[in-house]
Amino acid sequence: MSTTTPQQAAVTDPDLHSTLTGGKLPRWAPYAAAAAALLLAWLANAFTSVDGVAGTLIVAALLYLVLQTGWSFAVEGRRHAIDRLATTLVYTTFLVALAPLASVLISVVARGITVFNWEFLTSSMRNVSPRSPGGGALHAMIGTIEQVGIATIIAVPIGIMAAIYLVEYGGGPLAKWVSFFVDVMTGVPSIVAGLFVFTGLVLTFGLGRSGFAAAISLVILMIPVIIRTTEEMLKIVPNDLREASYALGVPKWKTILRIVLPTASAGIITGVMLAVARVSGETAPLLLTTFLSQSINWNPITGPQASLPTFVWDQIGSGTDASINRAWAGAMLLILFVVVLYVAAKLVARRFKIDAR
Amino acid sequence: MAKRIDIVDLDIYYSKFLAVEGVNLSVEPRSVTAFIGPSGCGKSTVLRTLNRMHEVIPGAYAKGKVLLDGEDIYASDVDPVNVRRTIGMVFQRPNPFPTMSIYDNVIAGLKLESSRKLKKSDLDDVVEKSLRSANLWEEVKHRLPRPGSGLSGGQQQRLCIARAIAVEPEVLLMDEPCSALDPISTLAIEDLIEQLKDNYTIVIVTHNMQQAGRVSDTTGFFNLAGVGQPGRLVEMGPTDKIFSNPSEKSTEDYVSGRFG
Repeated sequence: MSTTTPQQAAVTDPDLHSTLTGGKLPRWAPYAAAAAALLLAWLANAFTSVDGVAGTLIVAALLYLVLQTGWSFAVEGRRHAIDRLATTLVYTTFLVALAPLASVLISVVARGITVFNWEFLTSSMRNVSPRSPGGGALHAMIGTIEQVGIATIIAVPIGIMAAIYLVEYGGGPLAKWVSFFVDVMTGVPSIVAGLFVFTGLVLTFGLGRSGFAAAISLVILMIPVIIRTTEEMLKIVPNDLREASYALGVPKWKTILRIVLPTASAGIITGVMLAVARVSGETAPLLLTTFLSQSINWNPITGPQASLPTFVWDQIGSGTDASINRAWAGAMLLILFVVVLYVAAKLVARRFKIDAR
Repeated sequence: MAKRIDIVDLDIYYSKFLAVEGVNLSVEPRSVTAFIGPSGCGKSTVLRTLNRMHEVIPGAYAKGKVLLDGEDIYASDVDPVNVRRTIGMVFQRPNPFPTMSIYDNVIAGLKLESSRKLKKSDLDDVVEKSLRSANLWEEVKHRLPRPGSGLSGGQQQRLCIARAIAVEPEVLLMDEPCSALDPISTLAIEDLIEQLKDNYTIVIVTHNMQQAGRVSDTTGFFNLAGVGQPGRLVEMGPTDKIFSNPSEKSTEDYVSGRFG
């Protein structure tokens, strides 16, 4: 039996190069590729018909992809080149997806901030002509808070309880039908919800245009969203926990209330917030159910009530410089409203979690 | 405390599928009974029928009688919730409630099952007593308000045992309680079973024959009658006899490792 000591095996053959090391691009390679791509794109901009900042950036991005992948392929080989290509594509698509969001936020804030002041927050449009500057969105803010608030109070219990039925109790044909109609309702255009309330409640029952009628149309839009998200959250609560609770002699309703719901609470709150955010910006059903108002109406039961989305719609429609500025400020206020609600909901959700130090 | 269990002609179904057929056996109070057998032979299913956890699965039901000190827990006027208060269960995977602290996990059963308000000092006593019984007190006494999910697997399983005994059941069912644990934690749980035997009737399902040999007084061997046929109890007797001198050939083959 021949003995091969490790030392013998480790003798290096200068002609045999290691299989563990390979070509590697320097760390600064991506930056160099990016700089080269930008330079080339700028040249293309200067000498060809490619025009404008956006065009230049798109050309630069494509050039960057080609340059980096080609360089990597030449030095590092196929696998590394594909890896770099995929990584770049993932980052690029992320930026592309982010661009409209950032663009919307920047333009809303930039144009809304001009008239977003104390007067805007504390006065209504009563006796303010569309042409003159000044006035505010207090009446619209009150309307949105009341309408969305009423809608949330009605829709959240119904939505969560329906989801509990579907996940914890359902199973028969009724559950299948409920589930089917939830899917259908998710796709209902908001104006149809508005029309439904308009013909059903406002005309037939003579409720009259009011904030409450608007809230009911929002309820129709919120419920399916809440049911779907809550259902998904309840489904991912491990069955082990339910069984552990049953095995302690805890009845089913208490298991759901004290074990399942708290475990899913963070997700359910996020789902509710998505629903609130969605309906906060609804305009069409509000135009049908409560229409417009230029003055403060604290009473959601009677009389037309303004709201932020219809305020924006109305101000844009007036078409003067002053009113368009107010529209942007209203849009900004609406975004702030949703952000504040979202942060508040997250703070509430944190209370359900126990300290995980 | 501690009651005996007699199973009489028990057939267990999942919808139309007969999973286990014709089980007759007795479990003595203050003893440890082990169920062994190959996978899919129905030993866990039998265990789950003992506290009516089987029927939690949609479509599942059982026919026959399970007598707890002579009282049939499958009688029509019996509330399964009350059965489960009397017969506790520990599961294969540790499952502490993630939203609760260690303290709240232990008293979860007490707090959720009863509507009466318990005094803080009483609860403190229950927590300490249960955690001491589960050999966990020394390890967690300084971090009771922390989440139970932050403990190691073995500690979590002992927490689940503490949670199960905090409601003072008569019988404790354990469904492969050590299969997800390392040998040290397994030893801790086995020691614990030895101590709990003084106060509780324990039924344990295990895949580990050495474990059955170590902890149990009585062993029941389950097997399938054949492929696609229901599982059944092949033989039951004192653990020494089952492991050294079983009366059935298939039991001998199984415990000697010739199949399964």
